[in-house]
Amino acid sequence: MLTKRIIACLDVDAGRVVKGTQFLNLRDAGDPAQLAFAHSEAGADEIVLLDITATHEKRATLLETVRRTAREIFVPFTVGGGVRTLDDAAAIFDAGADKISINSAAIADPSIITEIGKRFGSQAVIVAIDAKRANGGFEAFVHGGRKPTGKDAIAWAREAENRGAGEILLTSMDRDGTGIGFDCELTCAVSQAVQIPVIASGGAGGAKDFVEVFRVGQADAALAASIFHFGLSSFSDLKQQLQTEQIAVRFPC
Amino acid sequence: MIAIVDYRAGNLASVKKAFEHIGQTPVVTSDPEVVAKAEKIVLPGVGHFAATSALVDSGLREAIAQRIKQKTPFLGICVGMQWMLACSEEAPGIKGLGIWPDQCVHFPAGVKAPHVGWNQLEIRGETSRLLKGIPSDSFVYFTHSYRVPLLQATVAESEYGGKFSAAVEQDHLFGVQFHPEKSGDVGLKLLENFCSL
Repeated sequence: MLTKRIIACLDVDAGRVVKGTQFLNLRDAGDPAQLAFAHSEAGADEIVLLDITATHEKRATLLETVRRTAREIFVPFTVGGGVRTLDDAAAIFDAGADKISINSAAIADPSIITEIGKRFGSQAVIVAIDAKRANGGFEAFVHGGRKPTGKDAIAWAREAENRGAGEILLTSMDRDGTGIGFDCELTCAVSQAVQIPVIASGGAGGAKDFVEVFRVGQADAALAASIFHFGLSSFSDLKQQLQTEQIAVRFPC
Repeated sequence: MIAIVDYRAGNLASVKKAFEHIGQTPVVTSDPEVVAKAEKIVLPGVGHFAATSALVDSGLREAIAQRIKQKTPFLGICVGMQWMLACSEEAPGIKGLGIWPDQCVHFPAGVKAPHVGWNQLEIRGETSRLLKGIPSDSFVYFTHSYRVPLLQATVAESEYGGKFSAAVEQDHLFGVQFHPEKSGDVGLKLLENFCSL
């Protein structure tokens, strides 16, 4: 049976893992390569590394970080943040990533989704959507949550699928870092709108939040950062609890 | 020498890295002459079945076919496994290697496609050399929209909208639908088995 995936996310700034609340107030959480390896050994089904303050100067640091991180992990590894062109994507794949995640660049020019998919396969292209509640709906934001796009997040997810995205990484900006649970309404709306897998993100606080996002939110995977880095939740405890709730997970792994 | 065949379909860094991790020094190549000398051949593949047409134009298909006749162990991964069949619904008109006369088919309506994530292996019998030491119910990582039906050569099946071939094996020919390079210790064990043939 296909299992629900639990994904550990590393938000990286200048080669270090950091974590904030609602995209602000960053604090240091360690070395990305070490954390990725520890998480994959502990039972993370996948690792995502997001370069949250990607700038031109820091690009070389990122590629080195990706290379170091990829070296020792043998579960799927996604890298995102600052991917603008096919060449950016190619450099990241070459450094050892299996999938890339694109956000701002896809909004600016959606044809990049198709372009990267054609060269590396659509399974390698994740479109990340940062969504925030607005006017009774959900609006997509870009540039690390700093800039509204005026686009409806659900319609955008559908368009991304049509253009060849392999998965949607859906972050609730309202819930990010709060630990009060995923936005299941948002997740469910997107999950029903597309055929491709939806990864829910933002708000994980404990096992019951994962149960809810899989059951109510109909997520295919759920991603969290802080609860894993700061040791609030272990993968085996979490997966055990999900199994007790009859949710299929890779456990023991 | 293990040749990882590069036909410009996707990213081979992970496959290469996994072989290196288990102490091998694989060569990533798109040169038919290198393939002709390889002691083992790995054909990865992600993306579209149509991408395999590049194997014909480059002469790689002929080199692989020759080497297979000489009993060189061959491992097809994902689309590389699908290519071992005659053809695929994904790209009608593009011929596979045709080791088996069957066709790859799309997942049935009613299940989300692609099939992405960790699923379990149901291993048939105990004779597989590729799966030696890997217990039934082990989890491996899949990502694909088309699948190989159950064959006589199927040594492991998985369930997603019906059963399909997760691994096939016939003499020195092996294929896996999942990604051993992304399947943790289970995947590394499988690659070790292939290397020690």
